Amino acid sequence: MSRLADSLAAGRFAVTAEMPTIDGGGLDEVRLQLEPMRAYLDAANATDNTAAHAHASPLAVAIALRNEGVEPIMQLVCRDRNRLALEADIVGASMHGIENVCCLTGDDVTAGDEPQARRVFDLDAPTLIATARAIADGHYLSGRPVEPAPRLFVGCVENPGSPPYEYRVARAHKKAAAGARFLQLQISFEPARLEAFMAEAVRTGLAERVAILPSITILRSSSALRFMDAHVPGISVPAPVIERIEAGPDQLEACLDLAREQAAHAMSLRGVAGLHFISFRKDAGIAKTCRRLGIPTYAERVEHGYGSPVAV
Amino acid sequence: MGVVAGVEAAVKRPLFGCRMCGQCVLHSTGMTCPMTCPKTLRNGPCGGVRADGGCEVKPEMRCVWLKGYDRSQRLPLLPQAWRDGFNHLHPPVDNRLQGSSAWLNLATKRDRERPAGWTADER
Repeated sequence: MSRLADSLAAGRFAVTAEMPTIDGGGLDEVRLQLEPMRAYLDAANATDNTAAHAHASPLAVAIALRNEGVEPIMQLVCRDRNRLALEADIVGASMHGIENVCCLTGDDVTAGDEPQARRVFDLDAPTLIATARAIADGHYLSGRPVEPAPRLFVGCVENPGSPPYEYRVARAHKKAAAGARFLQLQISFEPARLEAFMAEAVRTGLAERVAILPSITILRSSSALRFMDAHVPGISVPAPVIERIEAGPDQLEACLDLAREQAAHAMSLRGVAGLHFISFRKDAGIAKTCRRLGIPTYAERVEHGYGSPVAV
Repeated sequence: MGVVAGVEAAVKRPLFGCRMCGQCVLHSTGMTCPMTCPKTLRNGPCGGVRADGGCEVKPEMRCVWLKGYDRSQRLPLLPQAWRDGFNHLHPPVDNRLQGSSAWLNLATKRDRERPAGWTADER
């Protein structure tokens, strides 16, 4: 069983984080990026061409993470590969002992720096999840066996901050029905949207079907917030949030404060099983935020236990 | 394209922007063709829907799934089963059916064929 699955099954608060994208620098770069956060993580996401920009592939990064002793969550998006290629990556990952697979639809090619590319979307997130589940059940989509069936822990993503807001929990239920067991939420700077999503997730039993991890973003400056608000579809940043970061004497510190506040808010919500951190800075922002929140390191959580701050 | 497919295209293209995928799911998507989504998503909206309801890929266009969601809730005379169908997990598209008649494929049940390993319906 993956340690992420193990933590979540045991009701232990889980911490995951996005591995920064890797271009040059090889394995040294992977180590450098991991160092400031690794002590706190159950697992790290190896992302798949984020925002439709090419980077080292999720399978390659996931293998590197595993070799570094950090459990990977291999992300897969539907934009760049058809079903054969996606199945190949899942089975290939399992060959390397990678169990956590997080299935996303993916940003469109137009979000990236090669908008000329052909978009694929042969599958969508729910059918990719079902495909991963099929492989975990011991067969490809064709029915051809994969023996012995690889152990997989399948996850998904949902965006509480994107319309139709009232449908997002139902869509997450569809992903749970397809076979997802954990859910990393999209970046959000709107606590009220997260709150509404979590309330509905608890009311409808979603929080029992999938382990929900809201995302906490650690930025460098207000310009990053402005950029997200203007250029990342599905993410809105309220003006007061941007102004607050701008007003402070130290934007780096103000961004840390914002992350801590958002994390504390997320942790106060029923049904939250852990946090997923996305840091856009080189410093130990994730470790600092965890310390300020009183979240122990992974080893301490395992040794002494650390449940969800709020009873689920 | 056969005669039936030709008639079908002539009816459904102007009405729904039909792309002739040959495996119509309009009834479960608020009579809004999911193949007109730039990502051709058949299982609901992606996370890129803009706050104003605009499509991630074509901001000037209202998200196809937002339209479908509204219509699946509000269209009069829509059978309840069709409204509930909005949450149905549709299997991946069978790309071999592109250009064929969904009406014929419905009649022959060809559109109900699933890959042998598609077990999500049983779960």
